[in-house]
Amino acid sequence: MTASDYERVPSVAVAGGGLPDRLRRIWETAPGLYGWLATVDHKEIGIRYIITAFAFLIAGGVEALIFRLQLSWSNMTLLSPEQYDQLFTMHGMTMIFLYAGPVLSGFSNYLWPLLLGARDMALPRLNAISYWIYLCAGIFLYAAFAIGFGPNVGWFNYVPLAARAYNNGPNIDLYSLGMILLGVSTTVGSINFIVTFLRLRAPGMSINRVPILIWGTLTASAANIFAIPAVSLAFFLLWMDRNLGTHFFDVTAGGSALLWQHLFWMFGHPWVYAIVLPAMGMVSDGLPVFCRRPLVGYTVVALATVATMVLGFGVWVHHMFATGLPGVSLSFFSAASIIIALPSAVGVFAWLATIWTGRPVFTTPFLFFASFIILFTIGGVSGYMTGSVPVDWQLTDTYFVVAHLHYVLIGINVFPVVGATYFWFPKMTGRMMDERLGRWNFWTMFVGFNLGFFPMHVSGLLGMPRRIYTYSEGMGWDWVNLVTTAGTFLFAAGVLIFIWNVVRSLGRGAPAGDNPWDAPTLEWATTSPPPVYNFEIIPTVASRHPLWEDRLDRANDEERSHVGAGLVLDHGREALGTTALDARPDVILKMPGDTLVPLLLALSMTLLAIGLALVNWWVVVVAGGFIASCIMAWLWPEAALGETAEPASRETRNG
Amino acid sequence: MAERIRLKTSLPVGAMDMRASGWWAMIFTVFTEASLFAYLLFTYYYLAVQPHVPGTFPEGGAPSLALALPDTIVLLASSVAVGWAQLGIEHGSRWRLTAGLGTGAALGVIFLVVQAYEWATKPFGLSSTPYSSLYYVITGFHMAHVIVGVLMLLALTWWSAMGYFNSRRFAHIHIGALYWHFVDAVWIAVFFTFYITPLLGLKA
Amino acid sequence: MSATAILVGMPAWAQAAPLQYLSGAGAKATPVVWLTWGVLLIAIAVVMVIAALLVGAIWHRPGTGWTPGERGVLLPHDSGLNWIWIGVGVSALVLLCSVVWTIKVLAEIEGPSARTAVTIEVTGRQWWWQVRYLDDDPARQFTTANEIHIPTGVPVRLRLTGGDVIHSFWVPRLAGKMDAIPGQTNETWIEADAPGTYRGQCTEYCGLEHARMGFEVVAQTPADFRKWRARQLALPSPVQGNALAGQQDFVAHCGGCHRVRGTDANGALGPDLSHLMLRTTLASATLANTKANLARWVSDPQSLKPGSLMPAPELSQSELADVLAYLRTLD
Repeated sequence: MTASDYERVPSVAVAGGGLPDRLRRIWETAPGLYGWLATVDHKEIGIRYIITAFAFLIAGGVEALIFRLQLSWSNMTLLSPEQYDQLFTMHGMTMIFLYAGPVLSGFSNYLWPLLLGARDMALPRLNAISYWIYLCAGIFLYAAFAIGFGPNVGWFNYVPLAARAYNNGPNIDLYSLGMILLGVSTTVGSINFIVTFLRLRAPGMSINRVPILIWGTLTASAANIFAIPAVSLAFFLLWMDRNLGTHFFDVTAGGSALLWQHLFWMFGHPWVYAIVLPAMGMVSDGLPVFCRRPLVGYTVVALATVATMVLGFGVWVHHMFATGLPGVSLSFFSAASIIIALPSAVGVFAWLATIWTGRPVFTTPFLFFASFIILFTIGGVSGYMTGSVPVDWQLTDTYFVVAHLHYVLIGINVFPVVGATYFWFPKMTGRMMDERLGRWNFWTMFVGFNLGFFPMHVSGLLGMPRRIYTYSEGMGWDWVNLVTTAGTFLFAAGVLIFIWNVVRSLGRGAPAGDNPWDAPTLEWATTSPPPVYNFEIIPTVASRHPLWEDRLDRANDEERSHVGAGLVLDHGREALGTTALDARPDVILKMPGDTLVPLLLALSMTLLAIGLALVNWWVVVVAGGFIASCIMAWLWPEAALGETAEPASRETRNG
Repeated sequence: MAERIRLKTSLPVGAMDMRASGWWAMIFTVFTEASLFAYLLFTYYYLAVQPHVPGTFPEGGAPSLALALPDTIVLLASSVAVGWAQLGIEHGSRWRLTAGLGTGAALGVIFLVVQAYEWATKPFGLSSTPYSSLYYVITGFHMAHVIVGVLMLLALTWWSAMGYFNSRRFAHIHIGALYWHFVDAVWIAVFFTFYITPLLGLKA
Repeated sequence: MSATAILVGMPAWAQAAPLQYLSGAGAKATPVVWLTWGVLLIAIAVVMVIAALLVGAIWHRPGTGWTPGERGVLLPHDSGLNWIWIGVGVSALVLLCSVVWTIKVLAEIEGPSARTAVTIEVTGRQWWWQVRYLDDDPARQFTTANEIHIPTGVPVRLRLTGGDVIHSFWVPRLAGKMDAIPGQTNETWIEADAPGTYRGQCTEYCGLEHARMGFEVVAQTPADFRKWRARQLALPSPVQGNALAGQQDFVAHCGGCHRVRGTDANGALGPDLSHLMLRTTLASATLANTKANLARWVSDPQSLKPGSLMPAPELSQSELADVLAYLRTLD
């Protein structure tokens, strides 16, 4: 045993030679089914996340189209009340939990190491299990729906309606356990993002040099680890109330119905920000590329991202303004809910200024990113209106709020995500998406969306409550609902064009090259699609726009980023760990390879959820045993990961 | 161009002390677990201030400290033992590592046995009142964490006995110990809530 | 100031929507109507300004076309920060004013300005509203359902609670929402300026028939209200013939859930049907209270409100006719 097994001076080289082959052999995933199940490659996992999330988007969209038909005119009888209730609950649950969050996790998983100049995420196995649990939870929740026991009391699942006394079927138990499972997935994913941010940035990428998408996902992840326990706990306590006779939410025995709402919204509101901030980050990074200049106000925008989330923890009560809380606390939460618009204003004006002072190039991603600004503004001002308590007492639980949340979730999540797909598709696949279809795609979605969802403001102001399966004639809502339904179908057609464009471009798109958009960040420095090891040489970063430096900064500036020459890490799967703030080289990390353990652990946890759903303690115990074994196997110290003393040195003290 | 990035000093390789990704991951795992307990205790205090049938919050009056206080000391002692083990391996003493971890696990088991006895002797069941639900669920959550912690300590004891760790390679020890210290610290919050606050006058 | 003043710009079809709240009809609603219009107009103005800036930004200096992979000209990146300072500064001012206005309105409507004339306990139930008029004299208390009569010109106190799950009480022309939550009583108040019927609706999702859980607030002059109240307290007049047979069938088949004061029908699960014929609607404001609708509703509630807790009665055709004849005497 020599000291060099514990430490070494990494070699420095220029890209090329035999290095790519060597790195590919080191990093390659095993072929065949085993490799497919065992891979820990962040790019593979990211793409799976994105595809799965889009599958759920389609499912949730179809659910919505069905009940939009029911609502298109008064007194329709296409759906029974029970069918309607399961459909609208599944729609909300699917879009919010199975699409909006995961799709951003997918993009971030794919992009983070590339944006940061890293070989992989900090914890690749955690990345794999995060996806597998997400998939299992999604299947679990949809299996419940398929056998007729989908959740049926709205995605926020208020008690006592969700309690055993008013909901005797297994619907709510399955929903609760599925949500807890999904919470585990999001939590471990979030921890992975935070650790990756703190430890795996390329040397020189101090925290004021990371792309805004990194800030967005980081902030969302930090919020998740504090917020998700609230909802997981709420669902667990509800499961206990329903199955083991506890009295947390049971008002007839001294429990509290509002306790549920507090726990749910302490999670729920931060979550809303968690599913928009990374998407706003995508715009902050993507939009400037098409304005031919860096983002205006990087620092303010990054700080505003964090500020939004901090404030986001202080506004949950605005979902509960009508529950009879005292006036003073309402004033506080009202003020907080209005003031939280300020950090959003920072973003809006930064994007506007970027376009104004730039020279916009009208590509499809630009159209999506630029239109997002106005959709975000509409969703923002309607949110500002609901922040005012007396006004909210009128607006809440009407279609005005439905309009608001769709402008927020579609405007700030779907539009940037589709734009981001056009933007990063060339990187992911090596092929461009079709620009002409892209125009059709954009205009169909944009017109359809506004035609479908803007009138909801009107039906809301005319008093139409949300979550009603039908309404009488004479309420004044018929025409506006008919327009809404027509618009949603047009919007759905736009989504179909998008999917068609993706499928078509996979095979027939024009070759992209490494950097088709002439973008400034590290992911564009590697090939399209990137090699399994991402970067041959660990890049060194000296600015926020490594690939624009020669054109933006003074020529005699000494500091330059390097992507073609630098540290070589090729003694097995290795990544460079850097210090948390300044990103100075700190450690050579040994990265794990293919393993089935994350998949097996995810399956064991799903088995546990099934056991709890059946209240079958044998299944629970067996699943618990599987889980313990998987964790043991996972954490077993491995020499290859630099976790154990070398056998030879076990007997001697190392000097 | 490459000279600016040439490293003159060597870098540690592998899971090295607090540079290991697992250590950082455990920090944030502890954050999320701490939030879980914060929400559990929020639930306790939220329900505590709701109206209750007299004498049911806490049910049967303030719980006795007779077992809980010594048990608390046992759990804190286990943290000391684990800390002693951590310092031991940093100084290269595998013997101290193995003994300290083993002692920590044993004290954890004693804590669990006493807790189980306390559960068994409570005059109320899980579904008697909101208080009883809170008592079993919150202490139960904590016991589940102690069980996980004990299993973790046992695994680490085993691995250290097998000579997996030395004065350079001990990231696993610090990661596991961090969790164990958290489990002990969070007990203080649970203990304070259930055993001390009723004595301070928080009664319905 | 009457809120109708700002209705000038509101189209007739919008004013005709029974649940719209862009015009109010009482002291509780009016300040909120102003605030609603205020923030709505601010919101519209903000969207217009941002849209104009966006269009201007895009079109005032468009770049040249884009060629894949080409390294183009870049612009210097030191400009534009003033946009953020000015934009955020103006936004902060508007937001701050909105907060002040909000809190002012909140304080204004928190409690009624005058002594309340009546206190009414409203309990939301799946899927109807139980309405109980409280009085210091227990003999003057009575219960009705789905139709709340109030005197005009004075504030009326409401005590809201949930009888099973959470509901939300909303009469948009008179006041914003307040939840009716089991295990707690939320106090609020309403006031109507002028006689009229104001539509209400449950707005917290409460299960299968949440959509069909409406009600009506009928504002009457104080004199008419006193008359209505006296009538409610009166016992039903004796019945004969078909109606008498119907009463017996009613007590036997319906009296387990429904109550008619002064008879042996004493159920508490469904709406109190005393003086049913004085109400203008049936089944929580789902149907107009006509002879034909009453027959439809009683004979087959599940087709009108699927999932309703009211089962189809086990009555023969002639018994059903008798029961209907009896119900029509309850005025």
